[in-house]
Amino acid sequence: MENFINDWGLTVTTFLPMVGVAVMLLIPKAQEELHKKTALATSLLVAVMGILILTQFDFDATGQLQFAVDHIWIDVINSHYAMGLDGMSLPLVLLTMLVVPLCIIYSWNHFPEPQNPKAFLILILVLETGMIGTFMAQDLVLFFVFFEVVLLPMFFMIAVWGGDDRRYASLKFFLYTLFGSALMLVSFLALYFLSGSESFVLSDLIAAVSSNGVSRTAGLWIFAGMFLGFGIKVPMFPFHTWLPDAHTQAPTVGSVILAAVLLKLGTYGFIRIAIPVLPEAAVEWAPWIGLLAVIGIIYGALGCLAQTDMKRLIAFSSVAHMGFVMLGISTLTDFGINAAIMGMVAHGLITGMLFFIAGSVKERYHTLDINRLGGLLIQAPRMGWIFGLCVMASLGLPGLAGFWGEFPAILSAYNPGNGLPVTTFRVFMVISALGTVLAAGYLLWLLQRAAFGTPKDEFAEDPSITDVTKHEWISWAPFLALIVAIGIYPNLIFRVTDGAVDASLDDCLQVNASELTAEQAEALGCASIYNLHEDHEDHAAGE
Amino acid sequence: MTTQLLTLAFERPAIDWHAVAPELTLLAVGCLITLIDIIFLEKARPYTATLAGLGVLATAIPIITLAMDGVDRVLFDGAYVVDDFALFTKAIFLISGYVVILLSTNYVAEGDYWENEYYGLLLASLMGMVMMSSSRDLISIFVALELLSIPAYLMVAWRKRDARSNEAGLKYYLMGVFASAVMLYGMSLLFGVSGSTQLSEISSFLTNGSVSSVSAITLAIVFVVAGFAFKVSAAPFHTWAPDVYEGAPTPVTAFLSVASKAAGFVALLQLIYVGFHNQSAVYEPLIWILAAASMTFGNLVALKQTNIVRMMAYSGVAQTGFILAPLAVAGHAGLEDQALSAILTYLAIYAAMNLGAFAVIITLSRKTGSAEIESFNGAFRYAPAMTVSMAFFLFSLAGIPPLGGWFAKFEVFSVLASSDDVWGYALAVIAAINSVIALYYYASVARRMWADEAPENDLTPVSTTSSLVSALAICAIVTLAFGVVPQIVGRFADVTLLTLGG
Repeated sequence: MENFINDWGLTVTTFLPMVGVAVMLLIPKAQEELHKKTALATSLLVAVMGILILTQFDFDATGQLQFAVDHIWIDVINSHYAMGLDGMSLPLVLLTMLVVPLCIIYSWNHFPEPQNPKAFLILILVLETGMIGTFMAQDLVLFFVFFEVVLLPMFFMIAVWGGDDRRYASLKFFLYTLFGSALMLVSFLALYFLSGSESFVLSDLIAAVSSNGVSRTAGLWIFAGMFLGFGIKVPMFPFHTWLPDAHTQAPTVGSVILAAVLLKLGTYGFIRIAIPVLPEAAVEWAPWIGLLAVIGIIYGALGCLAQTDMKRLIAFSSVAHMGFVMLGISTLTDFGINAAIMGMVAHGLITGMLFFIAGSVKERYHTLDINRLGGLLIQAPRMGWIFGLCVMASLGLPGLAGFWGEFPAILSAYNPGNGLPVTTFRVFMVISALGTVLAAGYLLWLLQRAAFGTPKDEFAEDPSITDVTKHEWISWAPFLALIVAIGIYPNLIFRVTDGAVDASLDDCLQVNASELTAEQAEALGCASIYNLHEDHEDHAAGE
Repeated sequence: MTTQLLTLAFERPAIDWHAVAPELTLLAVGCLITLIDIIFLEKARPYTATLAGLGVLATAIPIITLAMDGVDRVLFDGAYVVDDFALFTKAIFLISGYVVILLSTNYVAEGDYWENEYYGLLLASLMGMVMMSSSRDLISIFVALELLSIPAYLMVAWRKRDARSNEAGLKYYLMGVFASAVMLYGMSLLFGVSGSTQLSEISSFLTNGSVSSVSAITLAIVFVVAGFAFKVSAAPFHTWAPDVYEGAPTPVTAFLSVASKAAGFVALLQLIYVGFHNQSAVYEPLIWILAAASMTFGNLVALKQTNIVRMMAYSGVAQTGFILAPLAVAGHAGLEDQALSAILTYLAIYAAMNLGAFAVIITLSRKTGSAEIESFNGAFRYAPAMTVSMAFFLFSLAGIPPLGGWFAKFEVFSVLASSDDVWGYALAVIAAINSVIALYYYASVARRMWADEAPENDLTPVSTTSSLVSALAICAIVTLAFGVVPQIVGRFADVTLLTLGG
């Protein structure tokens, strides 16, 4: 068993959903019940695989790739089928495995128009393969393939099962993401050729870049290409405009998966690929990333205040929350990146949950117009309280998961990594702290308008407004439990991620540059980052 | 004395029968079909398509035996060569030809067109293509080109009661002849300068010989390349394509857009790699412009199309630009083989995905009776399998993993990215931008088919036939397999043309 998990665990987990898809293709469309059961069974099997992997996972070596497989895949371009799992990818993989079955359970009895559970569930399973694969891939070409596999099912999910404006939203989502990933692919290729790496495997590339070096200009351009690819997916301001449209139009389950997992593909790309491969370019870009992240925090929050549609509001809050994640990443410190991973998981759980609630509200009230809602606590008290809990978690109340994503990210900006301008980041810190106040503002206002007060006349006597149903309980309970559990004991995540983040960060980012002399920095191969550090010091002294 | 002279003049050169077995098989099957039709008349009609298909498959046998043998065979003093390049491209032609026959089976029979002649011409055209793969001499290239083109002119006008088809046939004929004339002029210049029709001799003359007139050579290369740019429908020589594609019977359109285009590329590759080797200063800028113009122009015009066949025509122009792109840096040291295998890979994958898209168009048109994109709206409701496969092919054309097209595009990008030259990088950026533009119209078609309401809410299922389904299955499996295990095509496309050129 142990050997099986070691050699085959990741491959089986990734492709198990495709087996389910193959089975479902053979079942006639009319047997809807069977389709639902097959899809659920498949996704639960994947989750069981996840638990098996978890039992074999060595938590004392989270910095190393475990269960690694490495076979030659495409000979002519030296691309490998390289998969592996470390502390950085484990939480996200588990999150995916959790979200998918719960989404299937949630949609059990209410598939969005035009129904067709067969096609809908097949798309979800294809998505699962793509998402898990992206988090496990250790070869850039393989990563790219999985990254793109995710696109198509999401496109169809929005285009077929979406709201009234689905055509516009689906194409916008697709074109934005593809534009980014085209540039990302060009960057990967340039990286491969310029570094003279012997393969596309991540560890080979890192080794090749640090031994052969890539010229400063080339590094900056390559990083810019990846930045666009990942940044659009995150989405960072100013590339975020696809997100509110996609979220508003997507069916509930689509929104949940989009928020819970898909957005993380972008941030994961930064910490898995962009920063470890090109640490020096990352140092030069980091202030700009931080700036965009902070703009995103404030802009997203202001955007929220202006929304009248509940789903759109939650979508804009995603822009703000992902801004915190990116701020943590842009500090290039162990602390900040750990906070970012925590932020990803927390945002996935909390915002996913908020979208679930929005979907259920829409189903009962047939509208998400905040001005027409009200009195949820009277008509459906349990749902109202769950909504309240998620809103509190989202605004970063200590004791719930959201706090551990936001607070350490802000804190990390006080002491950014080597070579980063300290003053600038402290300014970012102050502004982003203001962002949390705005977050509390728009979220509490949302809660007040939607849940407090008395129901509006048009819905007061509506018998279809019921409290939380059985399926909703089943699919929501794990989310709620985890939000509380991580909130109380954040080490659940930090303990897993810390070692991996530490291992992935370039050594030059980890030493304390102020204690080094230029010669020592040179000897460590950190000259360029050290020089940047000195520049900032001089600059600060000059002022 | 006279008899002696005659025997001298007709002395048969030594022929390696094994090497020409594929051509002979095709010829034999073509004759057989004609004979059977003459003898059995109406009774034999239903079997013609099957027979033609079997004939094409039978032709694959000598190709496999030749490949297993693995020896490069040189015939007729180097005018005709059977090497890995030739075998690989012959295989592409034959498999595409077989799929086209499957696509034509019901179309031709139900349209009450002349079946026997149709398949006879199709086989003749295929034979021209198969010959093209081996031609390393100006004369054999020209003969092969005409052999593959003339039947195609006739087939385009096959719907003879339809004015559009007639117009298409005439247009294609006039344009094709014009292109041939331009190309012949270029060839005559080449012959005039070098004194040989054989590509390898032309090449060594251009490299080593005392070239008196650089401008004559430049003109010759430009003319020859332009002639084939017509064949592969590269902008600005693509103007025939949309009208011809729209007017021609759809299976013939599929044939033109895949096999005929591939034949043009095969000729171009042989000319450039064997004949114009070391002339990269001339052909590289020329190809660069053709590639960039084709991609950009094809994609931009495709955005506005309302007819799916016209859209596919412009998308074909854009794809031509992608296939040409590696040639624009093929003269760079060390990149020759990589560029060649990128182009061959692209041709093989393009054949599968484009034929697949046409297979769906043909099937759906059986119900809608129209090729307007709107008439395909909501196909997901009544033909889910067709719609899913169409999405497969369209997104493969757009280059989305894990469908075959991504690897084709990837290879092109990797050649351009390793060119280490500003022009190469610039073309890569143009190609990247174009991939996104192309996605827009591919995705819109997919979205209409999946998400929109069917016209008049007509949800009667489409009638499929076994031959259409098998064609579709072949294309879908190949498209997916090439995407997931690109090694399959990558290994075969890893050939060289340089050993015999140099």
